[in-house]
Amino acid sequence: MGVETPSKTQAPLPPGPEQDAILRRVTGELQEKGFIVASVDKAAAWAQTGSMWPMSFGLACCAIEMMHTACSRYDLDRFGIVFRPSPRQSDLMIVAGTLTNKMAPALRRVYDQMAEPRWVLSMGSCANGGGYYHYSYSVVRGCDRVVPVDVYVPGCPPTAEALLYGILQLHKKIRREAGIGPS
Amino acid sequence: MNQALIDLGDYVAAALPAEAAETRVACGELAVWTGPQSIIKLLTFLRDDQNCQFKQLMDVTAVDFPERDPRFEVVYNLLSLKHNQRIRVKVPADEEMQIPSATQVFSAAQWFEREVWDMYGLFFSDHPDLRRILTDYGFEGHPLRKDFPLTGYVEVRYDEDSKRVVYEPVKLPQEFRSFDFTSPWEGMLRLPGDEKAQEADEADKPEGA
Repeated sequence: MGVETPSKTQAPLPPGPEQDAILRRVTGELQEKGFIVASVDKAAAWAQTGSMWPMSFGLACCAIEMMHTACSRYDLDRFGIVFRPSPRQSDLMIVAGTLTNKMAPALRRVYDQMAEPRWVLSMGSCANGGGYYHYSYSVVRGCDRVVPVDVYVPGCPPTAEALLYGILQLHKKIRREAGIGPS
Repeated sequence: MNQALIDLGDYVAAALPAEAAETRVACGELAVWTGPQSIIKLLTFLRDDQNCQFKQLMDVTAVDFPERDPRFEVVYNLLSLKHNQRIRVKVPADEEMQIPSATQVFSAAQWFEREVWDMYGLFFSDHPDLRRILTDYGFEGHPLRKDFPLTGYVEVRYDEDSKRVVYEPVKLPQEFRSFDFTSPWEGMLRLPGDEKAQEADEADKPEGA
């Protein structure tokens, strides 16, 4: 790197002219070369949250609100979120809408096709726990019966702002769990 | 407008006396009852005749009346754009009965009759492709019948270590509750004390009269 690092066998220097000299050398180097040294976890979290590509799983009416979130007022593109049609290219799955029995194997298959690290955001009351159709014969009572969910966004449908809030909560979760590793 | 419907009903009944068993106009809508053996002739007549010209089949559904015999009633809703008129054709039917398919008259009936088969279990003969359309692939039962429970039978599923979605018997943590949403000002026409008031009146009457 071009800087001679001090030998690690020495004891830490007490405050004094020698300590000042070392500190000045380090800060001077930063001013000269502009290096930022950061923890790898935080860098990884920044990369993942800064460019989270969802695989839009718009099943029912919540998909409309998801479209609203992606459109001009609550623009998702400024967060780096571009909707990908393929699960292989995405790292977030927004389950937006009622999950029926017929759709459940397809949902599981799409989830399995996503590469790690991947997250699932359950949007709307139907995806959270069956919602309006909880007692129906053909509805899965919550998509967490089929895929593991990270963030639940309540609402019927959740407002576009609420979905945006849920996505930002997911960002916070990613930053918080950055050093823990894949689940 | 009602008169036009009544005239249309009379015209249909006069033209096909054997097929149109009964016509009735109620709530501004005309309904014609017929039997399964004459449905094709009646639908063809309604489609082709100059005064009817019901070229559009809007819907084919069925209704389940558990206390009636025959139990079901297949309902065909037709629309005439030319005459701006609607008509309803009803066919009482049973599970064992075979209703001739209306696809030869209206090709839109194909998917409608698939839905009726899927939801009610009514069989249509000469249907080009009679299979399930709405329910799940291995689903057993006909959901819109009155004896089919709301929550179904073996209809809960989740993913587990077998790496697939499985079917299990239904386990509801909270049963279905139906709420009475009528306001007390509109719903309760007979207040709790009314029975006693009536008895008191009848007890007073012979004494007073």
